[in-house]
Amino acid sequence: MRLHATILQLKAMTAQQSGSRRRLLAWLPGVIGVAIVLYTFIGGGYLVSVVSFGLIYALFVTGLNLFMGYTGQVSFGQNAFAAISGYMSAVLTTTYGWGVAPALACGIAATLVVALVVGYPALRLKGHYLAMATLAIGLIAYEVAVQWQSVTQGYMGISGIPPLGVFGYEITSDRGNLAFLALVAGLGVGAAALIRHSRLGRAMTAVAGSEDAARALGIDVARYKLLAFLIAAAYAGLAGSLFVHVVGFVSPEVYGLHMVNLAFTMLYVGGIGTIAGPLVGAIIIILLPETFRSFRDYQDMAYGAVLILLLIYAPRGLASLSDLWSGRARG
Amino acid sequence: MTGLLLVNSLCKRFGGLVAVDSVSFEVIAGRVTAVIGPNGAGKTTLFNLISGTIPPTSGQILFAGQNITGHAPEKVAAQGLVRTFQLVQLFQNLSVEENVKVGCHLHTRGGVLAALFRPRWAREEERAVEANARELLEFVGLADVAEASAATLPYGQQRLLEIARALAARPKLLLLDEPAAGLNREETQQLSSVIRRISERGTTVLLIEHDMTLVMNTADAIVVLDFGCKIAEGAPEDIRTNPAVIEAYLGGVEGISSVTGDNRKVVADE
Ligand SMILES: Nc1ncnc2c1ncn2[C@@H]1O[C@H](COP(=O)(O)OP(=O)(O)OP(=O)(O)O)[C@@H](O)[C@H]1O
Ligand SMILES: [Mg+2]
Repeated sequence: MRLHATILQLKAMTAQQSGSRRRLLAWLPGVIGVAIVLYTFIGGGYLVSVVSFGLIYALFVTGLNLFMGYTGQVSFGQNAFAAISGYMSAVLTTTYGWGVAPALACGIAATLVVALVVGYPALRLKGHYLAMATLAIGLIAYEVAVQWQSVTQGYMGISGIPPLGVFGYEITSDRGNLAFLALVAGLGVGAAALIRHSRLGRAMTAVAGSEDAARALGIDVARYKLLAFLIAAAYAGLAGSLFVHVVGFVSPEVYGLHMVNLAFTMLYVGGIGTIAGPLVGAIIIILLPETFRSFRDYQDMAYGAVLILLLIYAPRGLASLSDLWSGRARG
Repeated sequence: MTGLLLVNSLCKRFGGLVAVDSVSFEVIAGRVTAVIGPNGAGKTTLFNLISGTIPPTSGQILFAGQNITGHAPEKVAAQGLVRTFQLVQLFQNLSVEENVKVGCHLHTRGGVLAALFRPRWAREEERAVEANARELLEFVGLADVAEASAATLPYGQQRLLEIARALAARPKLLLLDEPAAGLNREETQQLSSVIRRISERGTTVLLIEHDMTLVMNTADAIVVLDFGCKIAEGAPEDIRTNPAVIEAYLGGVEGISSVTGDNRKVVADE
């Protein structure tokens, strides 16, 4: 694929540019993330589906990171976009018998339309108003999923959603899902890296750095906020749809506020504004409860303690840990 | 001699305070023009009006023959009028070189698709942007720190970076708000040379400055503001001996203002 080729090219470029240990260290968190995925794939067992969810979240958080980390905006409502696309996928495949690929494409398209309609006015709001508006979107999406029973079947949810697959080939094994999701997540993270090092990504990062300076250089700030919002919504929609096809079931709870909580934890633990951060954060946070299963009653405490330690020793996230060695303050 | 920028009876009120009071002047293309005046005279406000950061209460701004009064800053920048800030506004989250690359925004193109698929034109453009950024960093003497994070630069270099970034936008007119503030003598001399070379490259410069040595070394023309009004205008040697200017600077205004912070004109209630 072309995208893949360009990713390789980008890697080659960055490696050759500095040729120093610093860049390699910056890749270290990503390498660890990939190693965990590989290890799980080979090892098998129930961890396969846990890591699969981690990869779906990695996509979701990568989008959130483009909007929050790169562009410096806040959204508590990304779960709404996951819900729109997820339900769209579920309803189109079960009620209307569509194929998975067109249903997923339709879901993402619907997500983009809603994000455009919501984002255009909302992004003109500043600070907490934007945050509150996005929070409202998440809550409204939840209510709609609960109340619109004729389509969503309310709390009952929709089951029997077909698994991922194209051209009549279906992925039926957990390992198959993991491999496919790893590929999609890899492309998703690669795309974010390409965006970050492009004119678009620089304009987005400039908006986060100083809106006044960005405008003084001719950057249409409102336009780049909206673009970042749409890209983040597309990632959320993709994650939302992948989820329903992997699990085979959807209900309002799937996209509840806890999804926002979890995504924020992943983003901050992994490293906001870094490229590998969302992937690392998503996998570590999804695995943490599993790691502490043997602590039984103290499981939650251990989980909390690790989070606190991470915040103390890696306040800018795991992906920035390599900065400690390289002495470089950038992601 | 043509006026690149024409400011016509420009006024700005903040409530009862007239920060800029019917100011008119002209910036001749190819020259370095300085705006001077005591603290609180309305110099930054004047820049904010010209660059579109805030709308004027009344008056007109013509740039390169076009009326740009009240236009949004990004529109004004697209016309070729680019400013820097009194308090440096770098993109702290980007490297030195990337800051300059952001400055190239206006004369490049490409959005999501160009970012993801990197067609040949986008790759060529990116190479041009890179070369442009390197050349400008060389020009202001920051080539050595190109890879550093902008946030880690010492203050003097931050100011030079902001200028390089503004130049990347290829302005016809460059507005510099107190570029020498916080610089030591040596850095100020370096800055003087940069400003002169910018002018030699054909970019018209309008700058606000308190450092009189810098002003006298670089400016071809000077506009003096006091209490929001233009009190004098002319060549440096005339300004130096102008009684009204001497009065504004030496008549105790500076001294008083630094103690009371109150050298503004307050209009009576209407
Ligand atoms: N947004 C604003 N709202 C209210 N008053 C303002 C605003 N901006 C500036 N002023 C006031 O307008 C007057 C002129 O301020 P301005 O910043 O233009 O002065 P200046 O000549 O740039 O001074 P300095 O040399 O200290 O930078 C000051 O009294 C200032 O307090
Ligand atoms: Mg000022």
